[in-house]
Amino acid sequence: MIPGKFDYVRPSTVDEAVAALVAGGDDAKVLGGGQSLMPVLRLRMGEPSVIVDTTRIDEMKGITDAGDAVVIGAGVTHDDVAKNALVREHLALLAMTTEHVADRQIRHRGTMGGAMAHADPAGDQPPVALAMGASFTIAGPSGRRTVSAADFFVDYFTTAVGPDEVLVNVTFPKHTGWGAHYEKFNRTAQAWAIVGVAATVRMDGGSIAEARIGLTNMGPGPVRASGVEAALVGASTLEAIAAAAEHAAEGTSPNSDIHAEAEYREHLARVLTRRAVAQAAGL
Amino acid sequence: MHHISVTVDGTRYEADVEPRTLLVHWLREGLGKVGTVVGCDTSNCGACTVLLDGSSVKSCSVLAVQADGSEITTIQGLSAGDDWHPVQAAFKECHGLQCGYCTPGMVMSAVDLLAENPNPTEDEIRDGLHGNLCRCTGYHNIVKSVQYAADLMGGTK
Repeated sequence: MIPGKFDYVRPSTVDEAVAALVAGGDDAKVLGGGQSLMPVLRLRMGEPSVIVDTTRIDEMKGITDAGDAVVIGAGVTHDDVAKNALVREHLALLAMTTEHVADRQIRHRGTMGGAMAHADPAGDQPPVALAMGASFTIAGPSGRRTVSAADFFVDYFTTAVGPDEVLVNVTFPKHTGWGAHYEKFNRTAQAWAIVGVAATVRMDGGSIAEARIGLTNMGPGPVRASGVEAALVGASTLEAIAAAAEHAAEGTSPNSDIHAEAEYREHLARVLTRRAVAQAAGL
Repeated sequence: MHHISVTVDGTRYEADVEPRTLLVHWLREGLGKVGTVVGCDTSNCGACTVLLDGSSVKSCSVLAVQADGSEITTIQGLSAGDDWHPVQAAFKECHGLQCGYCTPGMVMSAVDLLAENPNPTEDEIRDGLHGNLCRCTGYHNIVKSVQYAADLMGGTK
């Protein structure tokens, strides 16, 4: 279908984008790579009056080394995130998870910032941001603010980004040398995750010294499996990992839908956590 | 209306487009590039795949106005005169199509994949064509075609 009519603005700076959103009122919408928004427009599930295209804002397109962290512009495509040398060296879990997003064409166009701001509970990257302790820079009419991942994801498809604000970049603390693995369980090649588990671990000798685990589609937003993380410290065997993974569904609130009952999702969370951690730990 | 300037299959076009015009609609209805087809309207099928500045994209999921200043290659820009692109030749040789509707997108995705990975394994081909659906389910010969194209482009056939 053809989208409904809208006005189109293509700012070249973040300040211009914010000004365009303010001028556009509640009905203005940010367009990043468009791989979530375009289907919504085509199906007329949404008909914003103004589209603010952020794809030509240079500040949002770089990946930079900030010492103990890597800063990724919200407008960097999935493909560029997954292939970036800094990301691959210091944020292995993000690189690995991003390779599982949709398909080649969509990864060429879709952006990491767009996926975060869209906040689909089945999205692959929000749990990575939560698990790795990422922080989000948001620009609005009163300036810029930084929001932790724990506060960024608010509810289904809802983040801390207000209607007149733009997500500028995401800062990920480096996890250099950490093992990583993403387990995505889906029905078909193109389907969203029924459940996903993103795990990264720091090994010390043959045992797990620290673990960070994020769950996809186990609630209205990404969920951090804190119980598993605590239970994994010191684990050095597959049995110990399996025992820790039993905590994976604690504190989650998964939906029941045509693809899976909530109880089955809880089962998947435990099984996929065990597999993801074992792979990440190389055990 | 917004003015755009886009190079498509080697020719530069200037046009005024409504912002809501999808790239695929502009290619087909504005330029007559009907080799690029609309399959699904849900972003799944990949039949509308073109190269935008060298990378495969689904042209139903890009606004024409966003393509301003860029270079696009459609299925109609692959061949050099009467000489088919090796991927086109391989799809013919290996019968990589049944009804043919997904073929323009499959070929463009294969071109994109082979540019990045000239010698893909079968698994890499299947993963690389992840974003393209063949409703005849003729994937077997499509995969063979891409392997054959890789050989052609590597000069071993």
